Amino acid sequence: MDVEILARVQFGFTIGFHYIYPPLSIGLGLILVILEGLYLKTGDKIYEMAVRFWIRIFALIFGIGVATGIIMEFEFGTNWATYSKYVGDIFGSALAAEGIFAFALESGFLGILIFGWNRVGPRIHFLSTIMVFFGSLFSAVWIVVANSWQQTPAGYHIVGEGLNARAEITDFWAMVFNPSSVDRLLHVWIGAILAGAFLVLSVNAWYMLHKKHLEIARPTFKIALTVATIFSLLQLFIGDRSADKVAQYQPAKLAAMEGHYDSSAVADMYLFGYVNKKAETTTGVKIPGGLSFLTHGSFKAPVTGLRAFRPEDRPSQVNSVFQFYHLMVIMGLAMIGLSLFGCWLWWRKKLFDHRWLLWIFAWSVMLPQVANQAGWFTAEMGRQPWVVYGLLRTSDALSKVVTANQILFSLILFTIVYIVLFALFLFLLNRKIQHGPVDYGTKEPIEDGNRRDNPLLEHEQAQ
Amino acid sequence: MQTFLGLDYNLWWFIVFGAVISGYAILDGFDLGAGSLHLFLNKEQSRRIAMNAIGPIWDGNEVWLVIGGGALFAGFPVAYAAIFSAFYIPFMIFLVGLIFRAVSIEFRSKEPWPWWRKAWDIVYCSASIIISLSLGLMLGNVVEGVPLDSNREFSGDWLSFFNPFAILVAITTLALFMMHGAIFLTMKTENRLFVKLHVLANNFIIFFVVSFVITTLYTLLYIPHLSDFFRSHPLYFLIPLLMTLSIANIPRQVKIGKYRFAFISSAITIALLLIMVALEVFPYLLYSPQRPANSITVYNAASSTRTMKILLIMALIGTPLVGVYTSFVFWTFKGKVKLDEMSY
Repeated sequence: MDVEILARVQFGFTIGFHYIYPPLSIGLGLILVILEGLYLKTGDKIYEMAVRFWIRIFALIFGIGVATGIIMEFEFGTNWATYSKYVGDIFGSALAAEGIFAFALESGFLGILIFGWNRVGPRIHFLSTIMVFFGSLFSAVWIVVANSWQQTPAGYHIVGEGLNARAEITDFWAMVFNPSSVDRLLHVWIGAILAGAFLVLSVNAWYMLHKKHLEIARPTFKIALTVATIFSLLQLFIGDRSADKVAQYQPAKLAAMEGHYDSSAVADMYLFGYVNKKAETTTGVKIPGGLSFLTHGSFKAPVTGLRAFRPEDRPSQVNSVFQFYHLMVIMGLAMIGLSLFGCWLWWRKKLFDHRWLLWIFAWSVMLPQVANQAGWFTAEMGRQPWVVYGLLRTSDALSKVVTANQILFSLILFTIVYIVLFALFLFLLNRKIQHGPVDYGTKEPIEDGNRRDNPLLEHEQAQ
Repeated sequence: MQTFLGLDYNLWWFIVFGAVISGYAILDGFDLGAGSLHLFLNKEQSRRIAMNAIGPIWDGNEVWLVIGGGALFAGFPVAYAAIFSAFYIPFMIFLVGLIFRAVSIEFRSKEPWPWWRKAWDIVYCSASIIISLSLGLMLGNVVEGVPLDSNREFSGDWLSFFNPFAILVAITTLALFMMHGAIFLTMKTENRLFVKLHVLANNFIIFFVVSFVITTLYTLLYIPHLSDFFRSHPLYFLIPLLMTLSIANIPRQVKIGKYRFAFISSAITIALLLIMVALEVFPYLLYSPQRPANSITVYNAASSTRTMKILLIMALIGTPLVGVYTSFVFWTFKGKVKLDEMSY
């Protein structure tokens, strides 16, 4: 098989798998800060039990996030050596900043967050929780800056030619605040917070369906519902701003997102549909002139279409970009609809009355996950055939010395490892949820020889 | 070439990179070592205590690897690209080792079943050993040099990474980490487990000294060019001298029960070893013995001077911050391990 395809599949697979976890850490981080803040303010044991329970879940998610994230940092060097040389000056400094400013903060205080309950006072522990949350927010900053630079390069100049060409920083802050950084960062942050909020909604809905831990599940559910409502509405505006930037700086991507070919025509907005790449047509349910309106504020204005670009400069999988983009939008709208409906019932004091609604909430954890993945697929596939938009083609970015067989070997290796990992993750997550937010409230250290330390006794107890 | 305090920026960044790698080896070294000796501990309770001794800090230690990778990528992108695409297969195995180690720590004590815990103990221990060995193997090959073509890309066969020198360095690295980890655990344990680790620490000191002496002899006999630097700069002989004294101090401190000093000595040993390696290889980041002109140096692999300056500013701001909260976390978890309900 082709080295380029294999390397792209491997990168897409490993980053997609990784991207399940860090957004959950960011979102859960916010929930932890809120719950622990409420505990400190009210002294209510309910919040302490809830925060201790969610810290356990957080630890599990964080662990896999770190393990799969280290792979990513080195995959640039192993599979994309030419790319690494080309962007090292820029991408490398963002990664270095991420390590020193974000990961060190996050991982340092994580120890206190998880193991520090009996070692530090409540205020210091709360401070650690906040630091872990900040650390996770910062870690998104640098990687999104680096990725945004690939989408809308700024603050650089090109030195050298051919194989030795590379981008060098001319203006650090222009590189950091490149045209799309801020909007994309906000978009990613909100997506991450939604991932965390919907996980909490889902677990607590499940408890209510099974009439378990109601005294903890109800208040936690309401907190998460508030977070979900605020941020899913906010995402509508931030997402729109992000799309504006795409329209301005990456017209080929925008055209692919809506399957728009003819530059002289009004651009429609599809609810769903299908792009026929060969015939260069798009069919589906549409709002005529919708994209023209969003881009230029008028239903009549023409929008640059894919035909304005040479075939080799167009995204190679137009239909996939179209589908992923629409999937993301539908998921986003579903989150808004579900959380607003929940709020309305809450206002009518009937939030927990409908079992069917709780079942929907129990499954709603999938909405932000699908939206986050689909959004990234849109962003990255829409940028093709470029790895750095307009500067470096993906096909030129590979490692020259790595063979297809080596990539195939590592791809199979990672596939097996990640399937095992994912199964174990779901198994343990499920066990923790089944166990519920009880028994974590005790402050007494457990002495040697205590029954909890005896695996056989604990096993009996669990049954 | 622009300079800062009399040294050019490339050299400064080489020093920073070296310092980060030394920090990584010292910090992750003891938790990798603790993992590598895990199966020497037989009782369930001992294994839990040993794992919880590194529990709150191993993650922070591993961040140094991420910072090191970023530092190489940012400062010497050509070296980053060449090294990781050359060491493709060993590096993938190293990464899979890291994944399994991280999840085995996380998963092991989540279920009470003996078979579950035993299985994860084996995964944890073997992943720690594989990581230590592959780090040593890659270090050995970097020190020795690998064949590079005129585009400064690897032109050899990956099976050649398994040569006697690299294998010796790999074993020495494992021995060093096991010694370092055993000494760390003596500081964190009590009673019978502590006595057991005291004995293990002594055994690993012997393991380390033997493999270190063999590797040194092999180097002097078969790869004499690696000692060129010390032949031409006799003043620097102070460094191997200090290192020998530092190694000799480790069993001395263990014998009189001053484990903290023993630990500091083994940390200094790791740092001095890496300083020696840095002096031997400088200015090469990846040497090509067949065609030295194709070698990757800190000058032909570097980012622009402007980037180097930005990076140095980041390091100047970031290092004190990392120092402050790393010490805070270590201070919080000082003393003997006590298991509680949040433990692994």
